[in-house]
Amino acid sequence: MKSQKFWAWLVFALGAAYFIIPLAATFEFSLRMRRGEYSFDAYASVFSDPQFAASFTYSVIVGLFTIVVGILVVVPAVYFVRLRMPWLRPFMEFVTLLPLVIPALVLVYGYIRLYGSSSLIPFTGSVFGTNILLTCAYVTLAMPYMYRAVDNGMRTIDIGTLTEAAQIMGANQLQIIGKIILPNILVAILSGAFLTFAIVIGEFTIASLLNRPAFGPYLVGIGTNRAYEPAALAIISFIITWGAMGMINVLGRFAPRTSARTD
Amino acid sequence: MSASNTKRRIPWDSLAVFPFVLFAVMFLFLPTLSLLSAAFTDRAGNFTFENIAGLFTDQILAAYWISIRVSGASALLGALCGLAITLAIIRGKLPAALRSAVMTFSGVASNFAGVPLAFAFIATLGRLGLATIVIRTLFGFDIYRQGGFNLFSFWGLTLTYLYFQIPLMMLTIAPAIDGLKKEWNEAAQTLGASTWQFWRYIGFPILWPSVLGTLSLLFANAFGAIATAWALTGSNLNIVTVLLYNQIRGDALQNPGLGAALAVGMILITSLANVIYLVVAARAERWMK
Repeated sequence: MKSQKFWAWLVFALGAAYFIIPLAATFEFSLRMRRGEYSFDAYASVFSDPQFAASFTYSVIVGLFTIVVGILVVVPAVYFVRLRMPWLRPFMEFVTLLPLVIPALVLVYGYIRLYGSSSLIPFTGSVFGTNILLTCAYVTLAMPYMYRAVDNGMRTIDIGTLTEAAQIMGANQLQIIGKIILPNILVAILSGAFLTFAIVIGEFTIASLLNRPAFGPYLVGIGTNRAYEPAALAIISFIITWGAMGMINVLGRFAPRTSARTD
Repeated sequence: MSASNTKRRIPWDSLAVFPFVLFAVMFLFLPTLSLLSAAFTDRAGNFTFENIAGLFTDQILAAYWISIRVSGASALLGALCGLAITLAIIRGKLPAALRSAVMTFSGVASNFAGVPLAFAFIATLGRLGLATIVIRTLFGFDIYRQGGFNLFSFWGLTLTYLYFQIPLMMLTIAPAIDGLKKEWNEAAQTLGASTWQFWRYIGFPILWPSVLGTLSLLFANAFGAIATAWALTGSNLNIVTVLLYNQIRGDALQNPGLGAALAVGMILITSLANVIYLVVAARAERWMK
């Protein structure tokens, strides 16, 4: 049994090395901008770039809209399908699996063909329309994760009993969803929201092909033109991802642990 | 449950599900169908197999092939390493605190993909990367000149993809490994089985469907990826996503129908991987109850 523990530690150490070395190396590289000494010059250079602020703000705003639209699309659908239309479940499972099967690059190709400026719904004909299309594309991209988060959240609470109880007390459908269901699955929704944010914030493919000034295309531009800033941006991106994932972990501790009806 | 309410509320129910269905139709079904029809239409608008036949040129086949190789290698290695690390952490009697830290990190690393990941690997294993320089000064070995290594190549890309493939494997396989009950181990030991025999005849056969299933998920994950490859290699490496990206940007193949056929070919390959996943996952679920 001693040797088993030795092997476990060895595998762990090798894995840890593979994951930590690139981070450490990137951090070290990002500090080397000033000759002969370590400095945060690369970070200062990034933060003083107006393009950084503009593209980052743009992506954050698109991310927030994506989260709101995603919640509005997914939550009512999951609720009613779970409660009244279980026969639609296989369809929902199938739909939410599709974005994992069809590459984002292929989807955006379809959008450009389908919603071009001369089409029936010319999304890409105007800046506003393209922003909407980008948001919808991100909602689609994040759908598998949002769906699973919300679905898991609804599994742990007994939506059948909650809904019946609310109906007996005279609540209408909007009140049931807004005042009973939503607060109970808030933690699950927020988990989905942070995951969505982590996916959207640095997304490159769709934003670049729709020609929107998002953070992802900005990163690629910096990568081709600068030496030390990309390393600094990689560290900043890692911290943002860490923050979003950390929030999900923290939220997990507040998840309701009521004993649910097993279904 | 509440059968008496069902009839009365039907408009509400449909209304609530409507946005979801609309999204599925507008942003998943129709775009895919549009590409499918374009792949079988010539410039004059007639049905044709010419676009599909056009895929069978050296350049395009080579692009598919290198994509399949990178995805296959990173999925296979990612699954192997991910399985080993997860087993070490869950079954290797390592401190419990380590497990939750590693799983949290996996959540971060599996989402740390795209452009920043490419930057990180350039700073590590690029020509001027820290690891490259450290290996050169410590061992006098230049991985580029003497080792024949190149970050902007098949192995470089595979090594980079492993950074999100391994954690994804760990996150998906951990529940299956948790499902291996302690009692099975004890029962096997009581009957005189060695550790190796336990894994050979009990542990691995049970894990196998989950491993195979995750493998196809990892494959599709790498096959559709472009941002990392784009930021890492520009258009140096002729993988199929980069080819399609250039086609969408500026009709690089000078034939829109051929571009659509290229996209349809990609969908075909990733769906094949996921059909395997679905079939295998259905089998795995029966074991995990």
